[in-house]
Amino acid sequence: MSKIKTYEEINRKLKSGEAVVLTAEEVAKMAKEATPEEIAEKVDVVTTATFGAMCSSGAIINFGHASPPIRMEKIRLNGVPCYEGLAAVDSYIGATACDPDNPSYGGAHVIQDLLEGKDVVLEAWAKGTDCYPRKHIKTKINIETINEFVLFNPRNAYQNYNVAVNTTKRMIHTYMGTLLPNMRNATYSTSGELSPLLNDPEFRTIGIGTRIFLGGAQGFVVWPGTQFNTSKPKNEFGIPVSNAATIAVMGNLKEMSPDYIQAAYFEKYGVSLFVGIGIPIPILDADMAKRVSINNSQIETSVLDYGSPGTPKLGQVTYEELRSGFIKIDGKKVRTAPVSSLAKARKIADELKDWLLKGEFEVTKPIQIFPKNTALKGLKETEVDND
Amino acid sequence: MIKKRYILNFPPDSGDKPFSYHLVKDYDIRINILKAEVYPGKRGSLLLELQGKKENIENGVEYLRKQNIVCESLDKRIHFNEEKCIDCGNCTAVCFAGALTMNHETWKLEFDKSQCVVCELCIPACPLHLFEIDFR
Ligand code: SF4
Ligand code: SF4
Repeated sequence: MSKIKTYEEINRKLKSGEAVVLTAEEVAKMAKEATPEEIAEKVDVVTTATFGAMCSSGAIINFGHASPPIRMEKIRLNGVPCYEGLAAVDSYIGATACDPDNPSYGGAHVIQDLLEGKDVVLEAWAKGTDCYPRKHIKTKINIETINEFVLFNPRNAYQNYNVAVNTTKRMIHTYMGTLLPNMRNATYSTSGELSPLLNDPEFRTIGIGTRIFLGGAQGFVVWPGTQFNTSKPKNEFGIPVSNAATIAVMGNLKEMSPDYIQAAYFEKYGVSLFVGIGIPIPILDADMAKRVSINNSQIETSVLDYGSPGTPKLGQVTYEELRSGFIKIDGKKVRTAPVSSLAKARKIADELKDWLLKGEFEVTKPIQIFPKNTALKGLKETEVDND
Repeated sequence: MIKKRYILNFPPDSGDKPFSYHLVKDYDIRINILKAEVYPGKRGSLLLELQGKKENIENGVEYLRKQNIVCESLDKRIHFNEEKCIDCGNCTAVCFAGALTMNHETWKLEFDKSQCVVCELCIPACPLHLFEIDFR
């Protein structure tokens, strides 16, 4: 009978400094010699991490009330449009929002500027009401002047992601980077064996309420992410071979660090936000030990042609192949490049390990597990009556 | 023998002297033209790789400068804001010259400016816009 540990036992060990914490890369190496039972015996927590561009990110901001007060009905931060349909002075700024005349500076850059302590120009307009008489305001704000500044990302940390190539004759610009013509390069994005959702593919320990590393602070998984999909085909190791599940995360931006939140502009595509996420996985039993032991040679993903309509699948490769610098597609050798930072992901996994070992961070049992058997709908277009 | 890359800018008054002939004949330098552009008004820019004895290359460059040609080593014309780099790898996807590569141990970016052919693809490919190259 192999060992079974509870969250309470693991937290007690973390507090008393007796716990053994490894990163997912370290445990993948250890698994070459140790069985899952032995790993479950020796290791208490495994840290996972990712640092990639996550477009479905943004921040909730409460500006505070001016005197006389205004019910903001159109809002701009450094010229970037923010959502105005939330009470008088609440707003949400999406990472990808931008003024079409200035496409390379967007919501992600506003979030980064605020995070770095810079002043940002707030301009808002309103019709004026009896209780909110003001019609216009233009003022500087910064991280100190606003009440709440909360990162809320509806979809982050994709469980696996496809490899992008371009078979057409012209160069294309995508969120997967610049894709050269005639399949002259291939880009990939997840941190492979270090990637959070690949280390707990059945979501036994990651669910609603899981405490995580988010942007350099403690944050939480608050919901399954949008486009959460558990029905993607899996390989023999239980790994979905294309983008599958996601998480929605939330955390206090006022506690975060610009080291782990970075605005980006992808040429001819748009603005996005690199977000640093780390998730600790408690090794409750041999099954969890087996899951976190997964290595790059066992994680496969699909190669898609971003140049052709419907992004047809051209092949399937492992992360070990992707990291070697070349993959083979239809017998053709194609050079690979990452588009998310493994160096930063490693830094996050190490930092989270440090927090855990110092007893500053607890593992949390999900208060609600994620739904099973979910699938995705496309957007079906139907005729609209004109009246 | 050393090999070094230079960017040459020809102002309109730099004349039509056969400078490459002189570099080869008088200074014993081997020349490889990696990139050339001509602009309206008789202005032009070249990326050259010079191969020869260190002293000869220095003298050859001196000769070019006397001909009113601006001649600067390539690495001085490439500006890379390294501190801000997040090692995402986007620039390595487009750098076919092999100047920008990921270290396969640390997965940090490595930039060997001496391999650069000034294709300028990395400039828009970096999502943080950390590259600038003065070629023109
Ligand atoms: S300009 Fe940039 S992409 Fe082109 S060769 Fe030089 S470093 Fe590489
Ligand atoms: S694309 Fe920019 S940020 Fe990314 S590795 Fe290259 S230089 Fe660094």
